[in-house]
Amino acid sequence: MVSLIYQISAGLIILSLLLTLFRLFKGPTVADRIVALDAMTIISISLIVLIAHIAQRIIYLDVAIVYGLVSFIGVVAFARYLERGL
Amino acid sequence: MEMIFALITLIGALFLFLGALGLVRMPDVYNRMQAGTKATTLGTILFSLGIGLANFGSGWCGKIVIIILFVIATNPVSSNVIARAAHFSGIKLAKLSLKDELKEDDEKTEGGTL
Amino acid sequence: MNKAKSFIIATILLFITWILLSGIATQEVIFGGITALIISLLFLTRLTVLGDIKFGIKPFIFSIGYFFLFSWELLKSNLDVARRVISPKLPINPGIVKVKTKLKSPLGRAFLANSITLTPGTLTVEMRGEYFYIHWIDVTGCDINCATDKIVAKFEKYLEVIFG
Repeated sequence: MVSLIYQISAGLIILSLLLTLFRLFKGPTVADRIVALDAMTIISISLIVLIAHIAQRIIYLDVAIVYGLVSFIGVVAFARYLERGL
Repeated sequence: MEMIFALITLIGALFLFLGALGLVRMPDVYNRMQAGTKATTLGTILFSLGIGLANFGSGWCGKIVIIILFVIATNPVSSNVIARAAHFSGIKLAKLSLKDELKEDDEKTEGGTL
Repeated sequence: MNKAKSFIIATILLFITWILLSGIATQEVIFGGITALIISLLFLTRLTVLGDIKFGIKPFIFSIGYFFLFSWELLKSNLDVARRVISPKLPINPGIVKVKTKLKSPLGRAFLANSITLTPGTLTVEMRGEYFYIHWIDVTGCDINCATDKIVAKFEKYLEVIFG
C-alpha cells in the first residue's frame, strides 16, 4: 500500500515534468521558458529526494542540494541576460 | 504511521502537479510565475518533509531541513528576479489586466532607472 | 558594533549549516569545520546586513509568531492558487499595484518581499526605495493606502519588532 502511494507520487511528478516541458517548448517569450526551467528544476529536486528514499542512500540528497544551488545561480544569470544582455 | 508520511508525500506531489498545470493554463508570464512559485514551494516542502519523517534519524533529517530552508529562501528570490527582468525587457501584461502602476511611474520619470 | 554582531551571527549560522550538512558530529568533522569557517570568514569584511537582527524576549516571541503566520499564509496561498487553477473559467483579474513600507533595514525589506511573494495572489516585481511594485492576481480597484493595508500591514507588524 505504501509503495503504491509512492508510485502514484512518482507518476504525478513525471506528469508535471511533462507539463513544464510543454511550456518550455511552446512558451511565446524567453521569460516563459525561464519560468518553466525554474519550475522544472524544483520538481526535479523532489524527484531526486524520492529516488534517494527508494534506493535508501543518503548521498543522493547531496545531489539534490547541489542541483538546487546550481539552478538558482543559473536562473539569476538567465534573468540578468534578459535584462541587459549580459 | 508510515502510511501518514506517505500521504504527506502524496499531497506534496499533488501541489507540484497543480503548479505545473497552472504554468500551462495561465495567460501571461506574471500569472504563470505566481502559480509556479507558490505551488512548487509548498509541494517541495511537503514532499521532502514526508520522506524525511519516513526515514527519521540516521542523518536524513539534517539534509532534508537544509533542502527545505534552501527552497524557501531561493524560490521567491529567483521568481522576483525573473519578474523584474521580464518587466524591464518589455514583456506586456495580458489583455485582461486592470492596471500597471510600475509602467506609469516609469513613463513619468522618462525611461526609468535601469 | 554592527559589524561584530553580524560576524558572530554569521559564524553561528554557518556552523549549524555545516553540522546539519555533514550529518555526523565526530571530532574531526567539528575541527575541520571550524578551520574552514575561520578561513572563509577572513574574506567576509563587508557583511553588515545580519547586524539588523535584534535580540531579547520580545523579538523572540514575535519571530515565533511570524513563523506561524508565514506557514498559515503559505498554506492559504496554495489553496487559493489550486482553486484558481482548477476552476474552468480561470477567475483572475491581474494588475501591478504600488505599496509603501515603513521598514528601514535592508534585511527586513528582503524578508518582507519574500513573504509577499509567498502569500495569496501577490508577487513582488520591483523594489525601489520604500515603494514596492506588486503583481496582484485579484486587483479590486483600490489606491495605494488600501493596497498597503491589505498586503503589507500584517507582516510589517512582526518584522518591525524583529528587524527594526
